[in-house]
Amino acid sequence: MKTLLSLAFAALLALGSGAPTLRAQSAPPAAAATTTTSPVQEPPVAQNVSALITEAKEAAATAQSSANWIWIMVAAFLVFFMQAGFAMVETGLTRAKNASNIMMKNLMDFCIGSIAFFAIGYGLMFGADKMGLFGTSGFFLSGASTTSSTGMWQFAFWLFQCVFAATAATIVSGAMAERTKFVSYLVYSAAISLFIYPIVGHWIWGGGWLSKLSTPFIDFAGSTVVHSVGGWLSLAGAAILGPRIGKYGPDGKSRAIPGHNIPLVALGVFILWFGWFGFNPGSTTAASTNIGLIAVTTNLAAAAGALGAMVTVWLQTGKPDTSMTLNGVLAGLVGITAGCANVSPMAAIIIGLLAGILVVFAVEFIDKVLKIDDPVGAISVHGVCGTFGTLMVGVFASKNYGGVSGLLDGGGFALLKSQIIGAVSVFVWCMVLGFILFKAIKAVIGLRVSKEEELQGLDIKEHGHEAYSGFQIFTTE
Amino acid sequence: MKLIIAYIQPAMLTEVKDALAAAGVGKMSVTNAMGCGQQMGYEESYRGVKHTVNLLKKVRLEIAVNDEFLDTAITTLMDAAGTNTIGDGKIFVLDLVDCYRIRTREKGTEAIG
Repeated sequence: MKTLLSLAFAALLALGSGAPTLRAQSAPPAAAATTTTSPVQEPPVAQNVSALITEAKEAAATAQSSANWIWIMVAAFLVFFMQAGFAMVETGLTRAKNASNIMMKNLMDFCIGSIAFFAIGYGLMFGADKMGLFGTSGFFLSGASTTSSTGMWQFAFWLFQCVFAATAATIVSGAMAERTKFVSYLVYSAAISLFIYPIVGHWIWGGGWLSKLSTPFIDFAGSTVVHSVGGWLSLAGAAILGPRIGKYGPDGKSRAIPGHNIPLVALGVFILWFGWFGFNPGSTTAASTNIGLIAVTTNLAAAAGALGAMVTVWLQTGKPDTSMTLNGVLAGLVGITAGCANVSPMAAIIIGLLAGILVVFAVEFIDKVLKIDDPVGAISVHGVCGTFGTLMVGVFASKNYGGVSGLLDGGGFALLKSQIIGAVSVFVWCMVLGFILFKAIKAVIGLRVSKEEELQGLDIKEHGHEAYSGFQIFTTE
Repeated sequence: MKLIIAYIQPAMLTEVKDALAAAGVGKMSVTNAMGCGQQMGYEESYRGVKHTVNLLKKVRLEIAVNDEFLDTAITTLMDAAGTNTIGDGKIFVLDLVDCYRIRTREKGTEAIG
């Protein structure tokens, strides 16, 4: 009898709920039972076995529940830090005269996004379903309360979802960097967190129509929901905004506008890679046993993505280009995000490698053929590789890993078809909404700064001061 | 032999450089410069405090030319750097006493060309 209890205590400790304050918390609804019984209590001597078993089960459930809270929070904090990663990547790949402006954009999209997602976005995404298209309840976090464990869980779940929404919004700032009016940025950033992102999120994660297909669409951590939304909105925005002055010569030939700090780009990529360990494994939203697998697939795809991009650009130009290889890491990460819980480690390497190769060609195609100026490669990394990763789930999904079979696992074309339907519908939604949004902003408040302002830098004209006071910055374009 | 010192808008550097090269004047030195003049300054604000920035960023070109290239160089420079706005810049022309190329020890007009 003693053994049973000590087993339960061991489970408690193993699951990391050793800190006494944690046990006071109520369990999330995911856990079957909640208990306020303190496991430190000495059990009565004459207790029957079944009572002890029940108590042990309850203790284990409490432990699981506590672990779930901790894991979702730790993951949310990791994903929050990705904002810093995006800020560093974007500023490093652009010019010194716009560094303050990029910092302000990355700061304010999170601040505005947090409040917008609190007020409206979360309700549209996770509220009671209406025709499979949008949610209709839970606005202003009305579903959360401190009186029940379900209510308490809403706080944790909201924060986790909020940092995801902010990730989708912040992607766009890179593609439209160095020439967008700050106030216009604030407006479209709000629109993304309020409406455009939550609707897609509802379709896929909130119980909407894509999650109810006969073979449900799989996007485990958001290749489509987060990254392709950010990427395709970037495409619409950058196309309507036009290229930076000097990006294309009079003959239409693409010119390089080198970023001002490659070490910052590298720091940003490392931060993003680190944050992705919250982004993908955290998307279990529970302390489940597959977080190890997800972390492994995530890591392998990132590594393979860097390799794929480096080798491709090396063969193309004769040099292993630093910023392109760093883009390759992000391409691999974005590519594996949809299938990170459904594919084998070997498949993760293949997906990452292909995404890394793809991103090089996508950057060149968008730059040289479409002639859309994307200073940081956001459209290629998030839009193209996000969609690619989503489709690859249909090919590589394996029953042994996520319980669903894709094409190569003998599952036929059913899953791939669902993945195509999802990717295409999100593409269309983002392009249409993006087109309307950016055209409307252009007509009402203007989307682009003046020529003088762009040449002098957005830091001085938009924010009143330079980012690197005391440094002499060589600004010739 | 003449030494042309030109201060131009930084954004015009690429165009000026390309135009000069097309006109056969492909050798120059370029440095960052700060200057004040008719363009006046602009106001910055930092943590709520305003201050005027009087010195503006310019690019300084130094071009040594043989006499027969002087007119072409000046005309090309003015055409390429001019936007008909205050702040387009200035060109100074100085007599150049001598010139040496270190590697070959050439001297004078040979060394410039």
